Amino acid sequence: MKRVVITGAGTINALGHNVPDTLESMREGRCGIGPLEFPNVDRLQIKIGAQVRGYDEAAAFNRQQIALYDRFTQFTLIAAREAIAQAGLTFGGELAARAGVVLGTAAGGMNTWEDNYRAVYEEGKNRVHPFVVPRLMNNAAASHVSMEYNLKGPSFTVSTACASSNHAMGQAFEMIRAGGALAMVTGGSEAMLTFGGIKAWEGLRVMSRDACRPFSGNRNGMVQGEGAGVFVFEEMEHAKARGADILAEVTGFAMTSDAADIVMPSQQGAGRAIAGALKDAGMAPEEIGYINAHGTGTAANDKTECAAVAGAFGAHADQLMISSTKSMHGHCIGGTGAVELLACIMALREGVIAPTIGYEEPDPECALDVVPNVAREARVTGALSNAFAFGGLNAVLALRAV
Amino acid sequence: MSVSETVKKIIAEQAMLEPEDVTDESTLEDLGLDSLGLVECIFGIEEAFDIEVPFNANEPEKSDFDISSVASIVKAVESLAAAQS
Repeated sequence: MKRVVITGAGTINALGHNVPDTLESMREGRCGIGPLEFPNVDRLQIKIGAQVRGYDEAAAFNRQQIALYDRFTQFTLIAAREAIAQAGLTFGGELAARAGVVLGTAAGGMNTWEDNYRAVYEEGKNRVHPFVVPRLMNNAAASHVSMEYNLKGPSFTVSTACASSNHAMGQAFEMIRAGGALAMVTGGSEAMLTFGGIKAWEGLRVMSRDACRPFSGNRNGMVQGEGAGVFVFEEMEHAKARGADILAEVTGFAMTSDAADIVMPSQQGAGRAIAGALKDAGMAPEEIGYINAHGTGTAANDKTECAAVAGAFGAHADQLMISSTKSMHGHCIGGTGAVELLACIMALREGVIAPTIGYEEPDPECALDVVPNVAREARVTGALSNAFAFGGLNAVLALRAV
Repeated sequence: MSVSETVKKIIAEQAMLEPEDVTDESTLEDLGLDSLGLVECIFGIEEAFDIEVPFNANEPEKSDFDISSVASIVKAVESLAAAQS
């Protein structure tokens, strides 16, 4: 079996429009959550979110591109540009044929659906722009990345709600490990901070009106974010042969299904995914120093996740650090696992553990070291990234420092 | 139909029971309603009475909307309807 490493990373999210700015925000414990700004926000009960601010699509793309790119595709292309530039890869010949794109998204071109429903239902128009379908389709982002960078191998989109990115990166990892690809562009993107997007979430009554406080005794729900994270995964010998700077090794992946409830999480399902990732990686529990938690800030997720970690790690659960960076960049839904993988890379590469901000009071049901409020310096050689989706679909990635 | 009768009808429908099986003393747990059944009841109540129910599933105890029994829900709906009319 081949070994898989990460040679490029890119992002745009509420904490920064690139990786260095995002990591600086995580180190500083900055909060990207604020008042939502879009039409009809006055008709919402939930008025906060982690929006990408100061973003000018016209500065990043030309008019023809904007006509084709929904916001989630734009985020993907911006993140992909950064990741592929860092990797220093140019795709041609044999490499192009053996490189592809696997991306996650839950809602795809939500802004495009919404804008055009408004046009035909609310404004009574009988005509929409010819590119509505190619803009809104969930695979639009993956396809545009393949077209932009000449990636001619396997490309597709994975949609498993809040675990989409982790499932996508797991597929990319397994494809390279099995020898089916030399390099894969992978991660995910989401842009569902729209009136309809928030209105839908509001109905479930799990959103906080004031802040995302994962693991805190007074947590009162999730806060949505938006953005993309994109990585270049590469076969290790290929990366070494060309002298690439290796950010981390991806060592294992596991996915499980709760087969139980459409919204309530399961300790058993999450625990099996965590233990499965360790086993797949061939890593002892003691090797894991940091876990980037799913940590949504809901009553149900955080206590279930802590119980799952405690169950999977036994006594070592009290030795490791687990933080939820959603407290800073919000829950980026189908893109969240990709944005969160950056915190794992920072832990492994720079020895800085991103904090769980907004932590105000202990919860006996979340009695782990959640790195409250302030980043910490620590030497970590192994990390996990958890994602547990609605529908009971769990996906956990394991990484090791190089 | 009184507020109490309407609320009981909504809860009974979610619990797949007859309205007369839903008593003032019943708790949602007694009636076999889970978290999704609860949010559907609240949605049904909001639609039936044209009110906004301030309920967050993460902290039910902190909400002004007391869900500890059918009687407490009826009382909460009556005061919300009076305040929001």
